[in-house]
Amino acid sequence: MKIVRDTWLIFQQEAGLMVRNPVMVAFSLAQPITYLILFAPFLKVVMVDRGASSYADAYRIYVPGLFVAMGLFGGLFAGYGLLSALRAGIIDRCRVTPVSRTGLLLGRALMHVSLNVTQAVIVTLVALPFGLRVHLANLLISYALLGVMVLLSTSLSYDIALLVRNENSLGVLVNTVGQPISLLAGVLIPLVLAPMWIQRAARWNPFAWATDGMRALFAGQITQNVVWQGALIMIGLAAASLFWSSHLFGREVS
Amino acid sequence: MIEATGLRKSFRVGRGRGATTVEAVRGVDFAVRRGEIVGFLGPNGAGKSTTLRMLATLIQPSGGEATIAGVDLLRSPAQVRRRIGFVAQASGTYDDSTARRDLVLQARMHGRSKSVAQDLAVAAIRAFQLDDFADRKIKTYSGGQRRRLDVALGVIHSPQVMFLDEPTAGLDPPSRVRMWQEVRRLREEGMTIFLTTHYLDEADSLCDRVSIIDGGRIVAEGTPSDLKREISGDVVTVEFAATDLADGSGDDLPAASKLLAEAPYVHAAEPVDGALRLYVDSAATAIPQIMRALYDRGIEPGAIETRRPSLDDVFLAKTGRSLEE
Ligand SMILES: Nc1ncnc2c1ncn2[C@@H]1O[C@H](COP(=O)(O)OP(=O)(O)OP(=O)(O)O)[C@@H](O)[C@H]1O
Ligand SMILES: [Mg+2]
Repeated sequence: MKIVRDTWLIFQQEAGLMVRNPVMVAFSLAQPITYLILFAPFLKVVMVDRGASSYADAYRIYVPGLFVAMGLFGGLFAGYGLLSALRAGIIDRCRVTPVSRTGLLLGRALMHVSLNVTQAVIVTLVALPFGLRVHLANLLISYALLGVMVLLSTSLSYDIALLVRNENSLGVLVNTVGQPISLLAGVLIPLVLAPMWIQRAARWNPFAWATDGMRALFAGQITQNVVWQGALIMIGLAAASLFWSSHLFGREVS
Repeated sequence: MIEATGLRKSFRVGRGRGATTVEAVRGVDFAVRRGEIVGFLGPNGAGKSTTLRMLATLIQPSGGEATIAGVDLLRSPAQVRRRIGFVAQASGTYDDSTARRDLVLQARMHGRSKSVAQDLAVAAIRAFQLDDFADRKIKTYSGGQRRRLDVALGVIHSPQVMFLDEPTAGLDPPSRVRMWQEVRRLREEGMTIFLTTHYLDEADSLCDRVSIIDGGRIVAEGTPSDLKREISGDVVTVEFAATDLADGSGDDLPAASKLLAEAPYVHAAEPVDGALRLYVDSAATAIPQIMRALYDRGIEPGAIETRRPSLDDVFLAKTGRSLEE
């Protein structure tokens, strides 16, 4: 199918350029690893009367949260890349060819998905010596969930970028949207520690469901409802948002 | 190969009440025959890029219609894309990529298989002499190298019609001459070429026919020699020394302009950059008369220059302004 071929083509181009720039990739890993090493010990202390008695427990709670934070912010800044490609005339050059318009967008988004999943794999490997233990099957499902999450945040970022068309506004909007979403998803500190009204508000945050699902997977409780609920919410929203961004993108780009 | 009738484009800028419309192209008609090199000549903001972007399916015309290589632009843009190549005014290459990578990508976006795309890239590198830097990062290229790559990208799929938006803007004279050779070579390969430029000499020596565009309208159209023939005779340019404003005599230019515009041997007089451009039948007979008229008025002319009419004179005659800054 043409769209699959074209998506793969753009993905290869974008990923190829990313790989040629390993310094960037290394830098984007610095933050999650710093958090992993410096923040998890705090969490162990805080969570001690909720059953987190060991580092293994702390990481089992914290690593999934870190995945969500990476998935959220990794994707939310993808709009910058799209804007600079638009400005550089790269998108115009592609749009004069018969290449699939959705492929142009999806190939780019999938590059961010694979970048973030790769980072998650590295974070997992770093956390292992600190005592993280998780079933391989559950871990793989977590990666898949992370992938869908990145697809959602990337396409949200594309939506905003295509609407505002300007890097400064994109930066402001992404931060105003991203901060409350990540706090209300309990990515740093689990929501069980939050006051009741925050917990209630978090029910309306799709990323909170995904975080809970991710934590359940790490805790080995794959049968919990929140796993499929979180996944379904993410898949539905990602599909809707991708549909919308490809509509915005397919509109006249002037 | 290209036929446009009443092509229009207006942009809305701003939001809500402050919104205004910019009439970028106000209805242009033109036709380009197979194998021709036709140029749009016009100043900044004339609507050249906007017209080209409409024809290249990048923006939707607000009105009018066009057929490209027998395909209707509005009804089947996807079919048009298979038949055209486009080089934008600003190049659309990845800074961190290389010429070879981008050429392969471009051919693959046109649906070629990987191995065919690689062969096409090799051929394009040879044809456009990109060998020396084909595997270097594009951000290290010179302006001329980058522009050659842009054109190579635009023609990698051997389109029937090629659109070039200011192919030589910002290039030094040797690179420009080289680009002209590339464009002529493409025509020899059977392409029809539609380009924009704001260089007079480029329109003059490269294009078979020229449309002069200003303010979104075509003000003149024809072969460069026909256009210049419309301005019959010679062009005499008279400069005036900077006047001494202290004695109250003021500027000589307006007085001289008024005087000579009324002279029977002058067809038209246009002030351009502190000099007076005079259109006359024959410079040889007009210059003595001009001198005498000026001296009689007590005006001391500076340098006097005479030449054959250029496309700039055509532009001046049609719009009252000069293209040359
Ligand atoms: N996207 C846009 N939104 C609003 N106005 C635009 C847009 N694109 C072009 N214009 C306006 O339309 C007019 C024509 O622009 P265009 O780029 O076609 O000129 P041009 O002849 O290519 O000039 P140049 O020689 O500077 O490239 C200008 O007044 C420009 O400001
Ligand atoms: Mg232009």
